[in-house]
Amino acid sequence: MSDSDPTAARMIEVVVNGRSYRRAVPVRLSLADFLRHELGLTGTHVGCEHGVCGACTILFDGRSVRSCLMLAVQAHGHDLTTIEGLAPAPDRLHPIQQAMRDEHGLQCGFCTPGMLMTLVELLAMNPDPSDEEIRLAISGNLCRCTGYDGIIRAARLAAARLRADASS
Amino acid sequence: MTRVVGTNVERLEDRALLRGEARFVDDIAAPGMLHVAFLRSSQAHARIAAIDIERARAMPGVHAVWTIDDVSPHLTDILLKVALPSPAYRLTLHRPVLAQSEVVHVGEPIAAIIAVDRYVAEDAVAAIAIDYEPLPTVGDCRAALADDAPRAHQNAPHNIAAQFDMGYGDTTAAFATAPHVFRQTFFQHRGVSHPMECRGIVATYDALDERLNVWSSTQTPHAAKRYLCELLGLDEDRLRVAAPDVGGGFGPKLVFYPEEVIVALAALRLRRPVKWIEDRFEHFVSTTQERDQVWDMEIAVDRDARILGLRGRLIHDHGAYTARGVNVPYGSAAALTLPYVVPAYHLDIVLAVTNKVAVTPIRGAGQPQAVFVMERLLDKVARELGLDSAEVRRRNLVPHAAMPYATPLTTRGGMQVVLDSGDYPACQAAALARAGWTAFRSRQELRRAEGRHIGMGLANYVEGTGRGPFEPVSVRIAENGRIHIASGAAAMGQSTKTMLAQVVAEELGGDMSNISVVTGDSAAIALGIGGFNSRQAVMAGASAHAAACKIRDKVLLVASHLLDTGAQALEIDGRFVAFKGEGGPRLSLAEVARAVAGLPGYFLPGGIAPGLEATEKIIINDMTYANGTAVAEVEVDIETGRVSVERVVFAHDCGRMLHPKIVEGQIIGGIAHGIGNALYEWMGFDENAQPITATLADYLIMSATEMPHALDIIHLESPTNLNALGIKGVGESGVIPMAAAIAAAVEDALSPFGIVIDKVPMTPHDIVSLLQARGQFA
Repeated sequence: MSDSDPTAARMIEVVVNGRSYRRAVPVRLSLADFLRHELGLTGTHVGCEHGVCGACTILFDGRSVRSCLMLAVQAHGHDLTTIEGLAPAPDRLHPIQQAMRDEHGLQCGFCTPGMLMTLVELLAMNPDPSDEEIRLAISGNLCRCTGYDGIIRAARLAAARLRADASS
Repeated sequence: MTRVVGTNVERLEDRALLRGEARFVDDIAAPGMLHVAFLRSSQAHARIAAIDIERARAMPGVHAVWTIDDVSPHLTDILLKVALPSPAYRLTLHRPVLAQSEVVHVGEPIAAIIAVDRYVAEDAVAAIAIDYEPLPTVGDCRAALADDAPRAHQNAPHNIAAQFDMGYGDTTAAFATAPHVFRQTFFQHRGVSHPMECRGIVATYDALDERLNVWSSTQTPHAAKRYLCELLGLDEDRLRVAAPDVGGGFGPKLVFYPEEVIVALAALRLRRPVKWIEDRFEHFVSTTQERDQVWDMEIAVDRDARILGLRGRLIHDHGAYTARGVNVPYGSAAALTLPYVVPAYHLDIVLAVTNKVAVTPIRGAGQPQAVFVMERLLDKVARELGLDSAEVRRRNLVPHAAMPYATPLTTRGGMQVVLDSGDYPACQAAALARAGWTAFRSRQELRRAEGRHIGMGLANYVEGTGRGPFEPVSVRIAENGRIHIASGAAAMGQSTKTMLAQVVAEELGGDMSNISVVTGDSAAIALGIGGFNSRQAVMAGASAHAAACKIRDKVLLVASHLLDTGAQALEIDGRFVAFKGEGGPRLSLAEVARAVAGLPGYFLPGGIAPGLEATEKIIINDMTYANGTAVAEVEVDIETGRVSVERVVFAHDCGRMLHPKIVEGQIIGGIAHGIGNALYEWMGFDENAQPITATLADYLIMSATEMPHALDIIHLESPTNLNALGIKGVGESGVIPMAAAIAAAVEDALSPFGIVIDKVPMTPHDIVSLLQARGQFA
């Protein structure tokens, strides 16, 4: 098959949530579809497939990206984190997950994985964000249920708890 | 004593959702699954002269390519006859499962391709050759009604889908003698529902059980089951329909769609698991919308601004098909007067057929438009008579002493509209006090002196909630003591499982962690109506409460026999039945359940009927009416036309609150949706009814940066007598008054220019155009 054949397969190696995968993938397969349908990591959701809604946000070498706008082959040799990799243990939640729960930051929960991955990146870069910085950070993640109020409160709460943990 | 009802317990739904372990429809996978893509009309109105599917059919990986001729032999009907009954219809506009010889809107499905994966299926869509003969289009609901307008359906005699009127009293006399009559025309647009999860269906055929399993991202799984059984000719024990986790609904997912038929039929015919997931573009063109309403209205008032009469005409964009009924404009017409004493009312309503996707309810279901019209008219009265707009409303609100207030209106099912409870003037007063309504004027003057334009506006609403007649709930205590709830209610983000568990836990020990809930699954409960019309906490809540009380009484009775005491001495605490107060023996719920599970050849204790299970279908025909007042403060940039909503105060009364945090979440989510409707959301079409805003980059949904920084929610609680829990629905409340309040605030901000807002959404372009017309930039 020629390189121009979209169904041609290439071998890729990726690390997802600390685990290595080696898979042959069609060159046109989106990264979101690869995670969801090839690896079975269905926590990453696909909301628009044109890069606006942010539901498919994952961490790519620690930075947030829209997995619907990338091809699986572009992930070759990279380190990815998805929502399934966030909680430290099966019976525990990451502080941002816990804060979302405490502040009712989710209703239907479809946008939640992408929202959480964006917030993880924000809090890693800015441990004490202002409300305005939180709003800007999540302005590329659409939520139709909550009106964002609980999400903003959750981000503030998680930031405070993470700072308290860091200083204790 | 309350244990869990009324408290902010943890939601049952959250853990899986937060960990990425929830199961939405596209998360369902099965070995050998095939995938569907649809060829959809690129034309708003055309005759299909020819269609060539041979190339697509021959492509590797393609299992089937179906047009209407391929599917019709396997269906009992090719039309989706799902319209709610009404005498108002003038045309029969059922959707075909796939288009026949004529397509009537962009996005109408013409052919289905079933292939090994979605990528291949979409390749095959592109390989279908189709020859359209374009026909004249009807793109505007007003133009549709002209005698010489082209017909949206080629052979239809006219473009009137339905026509009816509503009203009471003598409007002619009221208007003839009124000291003041004011007239205004309003154009309103609401767009696309846009849950973050689009629609989707998975169907698997289980050869072992000879059963078709269908998972659909739907608000009405039981209705979907009924339609699928009819169309596929299946007995009801051969088909299960379940809604898995649903990523938002907001109305259009209550509709039954052609794709549900095609996917179910494909699994049945091909004996393979089959999936179709709607992409966002398809959502823009094939999922139902709300769109345009044009209201031409007159209000008659006396010298004190008291309403004497209200009359006019409503033209409603119905779209190309009847996918639900006349319910959106009916809801508009029925909601128009509700918060106020209106002695005479008459409205003529016309539903115009256009070459656009069908219109069905979106959160609010016609009520936001009605509130916009009523509140804008009252603002006009205030302006013309030189009165404070809040004072005009205060004089006209239904007084608290008049409750329950029987209006002469009836619901679509013929039940009288009786405002059951609430204190509307107190609600308005609370919102105004919190917003600083009176003090605002001096702040506004100061800002104006700085060249800045801030404004404040208010709107009242009354919402009919809890649409009957019933929603079944079954409660069962299993032999291991675990409590299982099943309901026809359908969850899509409103915390329905948590709500049901709270209501049941309240009566059965208060331990939320001992409860499992299944919603929206025909295999779990035979009857169900589903999730819409702010009805589930009211209707399913009432059934859950009744079933739980029945089980509680039985648990105590069984335990009283086992413990040889009176039932009144016992209570359920956590997972145990114990003596009230301290001490004494106790029994686990498991022991009680096992005692009535039956042992072959032995008496049941006390001769009590077996099992700890109750199914209730509490019938409540009358709707319960929630109310509220929104006050919005905005700033308008007169150079750019940008409107920023600085603050929203929202006072509301949904009766007794089961979970204040969830109630507040529903309200704020609705407010966001309402701000979007007021300022941003615009489903645009060109003159040929071609959609021109079919991405989320063109169609603007509220993001976090547009939300007001100050949100004040005030809860008033007037319990209703219509259900045992005293609750009213709240899911749609937030959206209903927002466009009206924001329009009033913008008009107030721009009052030095004498600008009148009679249209939503108000885009920056609209605002600048209005200012230009007033000579602002001359």
